[in-house]
Amino acid sequence: MDLRNSWDQWPDEHGRFGDFGGRYVAETLMPLILDLEKEYRAAKADPAFSAQMDDLWAHYVGRPSPLYFAERLTEHFGGAKIYLKRDELNHTGAHKINNCLGQVLLAMRMGKTRIIAETGAGQHGVATATVCARFGLKCVVFMGETDVERQKPNVFRMKLLGAEIVPVSSGTGTLKDAMNEALRDWVTNVENTFYCIGTAAGPHPYPELVRDFQSVIGKEARAQILEREGRLPDAVMACIGGGSNAIGLFHPFIEDDEVRLIGVEASGHGIETGQHAAALNGGAPGILHGNKTYLLQTDDGQIIDAHSISAGLDYPGIGPEHSFLRDTGRAEYLTCTDSEALEAFQLCTRLEGIIPALEPSHALARVSDVVTGLDKDGLLILNMCGRGDKDVFSVAEALGVDM
Amino acid sequence: MPTSRISMRFDKVKAEGRAALVTYIMAGDPDLETSYDALCAVRDNGADIIELGAPFTDPMADGPAIQKAALRALANKTSLNDVLALAKRFRETDQETPIILMGYANPIHTMGYEAFAASAAEAGIDGTIIVDLPPEEDQPIRDAFAAHDLSVIRLATPTTHEARMATVAEGASGFLYYVAVAGVTGAGSADPEDIRAGVEMAQRVSGLPVCVGFGIKNGEQAAAMAKIADGVVVGSAFVEQARLATVAKTPQVTAEKMGLLARELSTALKGDVPA
Repeated sequence: MDLRNSWDQWPDEHGRFGDFGGRYVAETLMPLILDLEKEYRAAKADPAFSAQMDDLWAHYVGRPSPLYFAERLTEHFGGAKIYLKRDELNHTGAHKINNCLGQVLLAMRMGKTRIIAETGAGQHGVATATVCARFGLKCVVFMGETDVERQKPNVFRMKLLGAEIVPVSSGTGTLKDAMNEALRDWVTNVENTFYCIGTAAGPHPYPELVRDFQSVIGKEARAQILEREGRLPDAVMACIGGGSNAIGLFHPFIEDDEVRLIGVEASGHGIETGQHAAALNGGAPGILHGNKTYLLQTDDGQIIDAHSISAGLDYPGIGPEHSFLRDTGRAEYLTCTDSEALEAFQLCTRLEGIIPALEPSHALARVSDVVTGLDKDGLLILNMCGRGDKDVFSVAEALGVDM
Repeated sequence: MPTSRISMRFDKVKAEGRAALVTYIMAGDPDLETSYDALCAVRDNGADIIELGAPFTDPMADGPAIQKAALRALANKTSLNDVLALAKRFRETDQETPIILMGYANPIHTMGYEAFAASAAEAGIDGTIIVDLPPEEDQPIRDAFAAHDLSVIRLATPTTHEARMATVAEGASGFLYYVAVAGVTGAGSADPEDIRAGVEMAQRVSGLPVCVGFGIKNGEQAAAMAKIADGVVVGSAFVEQARLATVAKTPQVTAEKMGLLARELSTALKGDVPA
């Protein structure tokens, strides 16, 4: 079978993207995720659900987000035209809310009254806490201890929004450990609780539904570039931790063979140092957190802690659809180190007056490689998936600035 | 034949008119030599079936006690091959006590299901409980196990309704592990009356012995649960003995303490609870 026959037929009825994905969860959770799948199918077919989403996207989130021609970055690199998809202008400052709204509305359809979430950078936690405040739902956010420390502004924001923050000290106290703890909570409170997963990973149907909710990014970008330039872009780019902003941008272009899909993983101190978060470029297929996908792991199948300066990319796995797109060759996956991301962060801030989050700074750092390989009239869209306000303290520290 | 080792053990226990005692020991916690002594100690003190934990960095269905036990074993560089070797060593002198390897999918997936099945059979392991391989995902490992007569022991839980139980039972073998409380290992205990109907349904639908675990820590709880099940599983309480001995810097008492706990539990299951 040619797995590439039709890109948008995935996942299959087993929740698989080729060999990746699936439902690797404890039996306690199986009835629940089967229910969730059923409820998601029903919601997808319900015009009232999409009408409610559209209304909230327009009036609460501020969609569509602009597609902005980054003139000075384009001049600076001297290659193809660079457009930024401005998802950092969304309410709460990142793309995460696109997905949270969808999942929380699903939770309410299922009669769940308590929402749990894991968060790394805190953006997904803030978005979940925000939507829970909007709908009056109890919200509990699991966050690694290390991340609680390096993302203080977001921790306070979540508390203001009424969420309970549970610092997680197991493992290295980062996103992976927060996800373990959220799964443990879910298995314990399965009756009333909905797990709002922040990235396009986890057991089926999460990778599919997160992708679908985030695909608003790519759908808008596709329509916007056609209107602005009268043609499709040559490449679309996004950073990848779990990969939700990337899959959201990629997916509406997936059948457009002429559009290159380029993801950028965080290579931390460098893949050769072993301290990185590049599951595709430095990992191997395995099973974790409900899905089969590329993972950072030892030869003996133990999970290795990821490292990235960006808390949002600091995860040893990746959404299963990216593993599939990589193995089939439909998408390309590059890497960017901590220091390259810091440079790109500063460059974008100075040239465009846009302070990017450290996450999209990783994608920004690889833009020059891509645009200089294209014609001058080439087109590239980069997803500016989050703003950098949350990162100014850690950037100052990395630059040796005492605030 | 490995499969018959499990059924022969349940036949024996049934003939004695009691429930089976299933004990869990994390391999390599705090070290493999101690684990070997502990296996012998629990067997000598009445454990009918032994679950041998294979450590994993991210045990998402386990509470703090077993998480930490896994990390202690991993700090000691316990590999899946080490776990298999430990089982093999035990099997050299014990042909009767079933050993069930319990763990998570990734280390086994990394070794390769076929290679694992061959090694497990050679080590005298009788089956596996792989927490994150629900029926929807365990076909590849069942295929690999079929050639070696290894059992795939599945989990049923209070969230497993009757239609779902049929899915759980289809392809299950050995026994069913009934998770008494929706939650992680070592958490609160269940009232046997609350799960009686679920356990009966599991027995009826699967036709297999049903062992109940999660939250059972002492003889009294074990005896109460034994009234409604074919076996009771005790895990975190054993692992706690390893932790206490490690903290006290007396790892050599681990096996002895585990033996005492097994004695308390097996005595309770035999009906004459010590005063």
